[in-house]
Amino acid sequence: MPVGRKLFFITLAIVALAVLDQLFERGFGDLRINPYYARIVSLAGINITLAVSLTLINGLAGQFSIGHAGFMAVGGYAGTYLTVYHGAAIASFLGGTPLEGPGSVLVMIASLAVAACAAGLAGLVVGIPSLRLRGDYLAIVTLGFGEIIRVIILNIPAVGGATGFTAALPITSFFWIFGVALLTIVVVRNIATSTFGRALGAIRTDEIAAEAMGIQTTRYKVAAFVISSALAGMAGALWGQLFANPLNPQNLNFVKSIEVIIMIVLGGLGSITGAVLGATTLTVLPEALRTFDQQFPGLRMVLYALLLILLMIYRPQGIMGRRELSFAWLRRSTRDDGPAAPAAGAGKDAADG
Amino acid sequence: METLLQQIINGLSLGAIYALIALGYTMVYGVLRLINFAHGDVYMLGAFSGYYLAHALGLDGNPSVLGAIVVTIGAMAFCAIVGMLIERFAYKPVRHHPRLTALITAIGVSLLLEYGGQVVFGATPRFFPQMIESRTYALGGVQITNQNLLIILVAVVVMFGLEFIVHRTRIGKAMRATSYNLQVAKLMGINTDRVIAFTFALGSALAAAGGVLVALAIPRIDPLMGLMTGLKAFVAAVLGGIGSIPGAMVGGVLIGLMETGLSATAYSTYRDAVAFGVLILILVVRPAGIFGSTAVEKV
Repeated sequence: MPVGRKLFFITLAIVALAVLDQLFERGFGDLRINPYYARIVSLAGINITLAVSLTLINGLAGQFSIGHAGFMAVGGYAGTYLTVYHGAAIASFLGGTPLEGPGSVLVMIASLAVAACAAGLAGLVVGIPSLRLRGDYLAIVTLGFGEIIRVIILNIPAVGGATGFTAALPITSFFWIFGVALLTIVVVRNIATSTFGRALGAIRTDEIAAEAMGIQTTRYKVAAFVISSALAGMAGALWGQLFANPLNPQNLNFVKSIEVIIMIVLGGLGSITGAVLGATTLTVLPEALRTFDQQFPGLRMVLYALLLILLMIYRPQGIMGRRELSFAWLRRSTRDDGPAAPAAGAGKDAADG
Repeated sequence: METLLQQIINGLSLGAIYALIALGYTMVYGVLRLINFAHGDVYMLGAFSGYYLAHALGLDGNPSVLGAIVVTIGAMAFCAIVGMLIERFAYKPVRHHPRLTALITAIGVSLLLEYGGQVVFGATPRFFPQMIESRTYALGGVQITNQNLLIILVAVVVMFGLEFIVHRTRIGKAMRATSYNLQVAKLMGINTDRVIAFTFALGSALAAAGGVLVALAIPRIDPLMGLMTGLKAFVAAVLGGIGSIPGAMVGGVLIGLMETGLSATAYSTYRDAVAFGVLILILVVRPAGIFGSTAVEKV
């Protein structure tokens, strides 16, 4: 894409996000989104970031991480820590407070950057030993890492320990949540269609053959893992500062990681639009089932578990398989009735859902 | 010195429980190359089925050794059946799918048992009836309860029993053949489906025994009790060398010793992290584990 068009799209995205931000957060006069729905949409945005970032490592590289919530926690705590303890100082560079004025933009950017760096670093530390090994071990190590992180956070008094990080400021807004979600989608899509993505695909299909072809498997796997972790860390920073609810390690445990996995498996492992679809579905569904939940407490999670098992047995490729939903694909499938086979270059012009 | 010995005794009995569960992980992994995530939850089911059995038989009022044995065997039989059902209805359909699919299925089964347990048994902890009168023996300043002694004893007996089954019986030979190469074992006329079902039954029965034994010593049981214990037992299996029976035993005891050792120090809050720290370390230093052999991967 030429630089001019790139700039055009970036400007367009920022303007669109700013308009939607106004609509969701404050409204235009009487035109205002119900705060309850706005909250669900925000949650969906964060879940999209999580799901798409996990797609990079679980879907594209074919490795299996079940500790995504751990990286989310690292990023969340690092980002929130920065805002809480240094937010005012950072904001004063440009004027304003962490909550408003130009300073708040700087605080949010700094918070996201710190979150991404911390989570990426954690990804590097976990990835290097475990990605040298094959298959199931990564699953166990990431799971163990998630638990270690949880225990460590519980033992740091500066971030509240077991009572949670209560000093969190609700500085996140629609703009930042969907800005990060868009960034994640663009990053993962660009990786998927680049040399890097082809190397990951080769590793997924046959690691030994990929190695024989001269692909440095460990290096690629670690790189994908670090990027995936960093993106999850940003989602954590957004999540931690979205609600006045305290960040609590109990909410970022194994179960949260599994939730993200169910999202991408439901959507179709390896498909970015599938991940978006899965994340949205699994954010809206629990809300729709709220009354059901009150009548039969706990049954929703049982149904999730059953869904996961049945999905694996009868449709392991999920909703989308490895396909991407794109405008070109939609046009083709509406024009002729036959099953639309994904064209070779379909991934290249895949639009974002 | 006495505190050290005391910690070792405590660690041994905790480790024996990890070892009992780790044996199930190791056997299933050996045969199917599958991490049976649901195994820790079968251990939970063992404790709960023991609880209900004890109540149904009216054994909760009068402690007796015979009653304890009946309850343990009942729970083992129940879990053996559950284990076979899980294999038949969840794992068998995905056996020829990629391993990732099987792994996700296993996670699904684990979640199903945990949340299903919360719905059926209720999320609040139950208290296991005291089936054996608690006695404490003092050996030169070191104290050991009869429950802990029982746990260690059962674990040792089970390990020798397993070694016998795997190395001296016909079905054990079939298990080793299946573990070596499933396809070829099938060609040699071994009913691999039956071998796999037997492996699951055996492993699940051991987990159930572990569940009941733990409940006898620490009566508080809840539907999520298998999550952490199961994960640590899996770490024990990897530490000892996955696929190796003595390895699972040694790994379990080592993890138990490390945990109780850490509990005695100022870092006791890090107790839950130690097993996973060890796991990462072992994967860096010796991925095959203590007793494992590095298999050459064929293309």
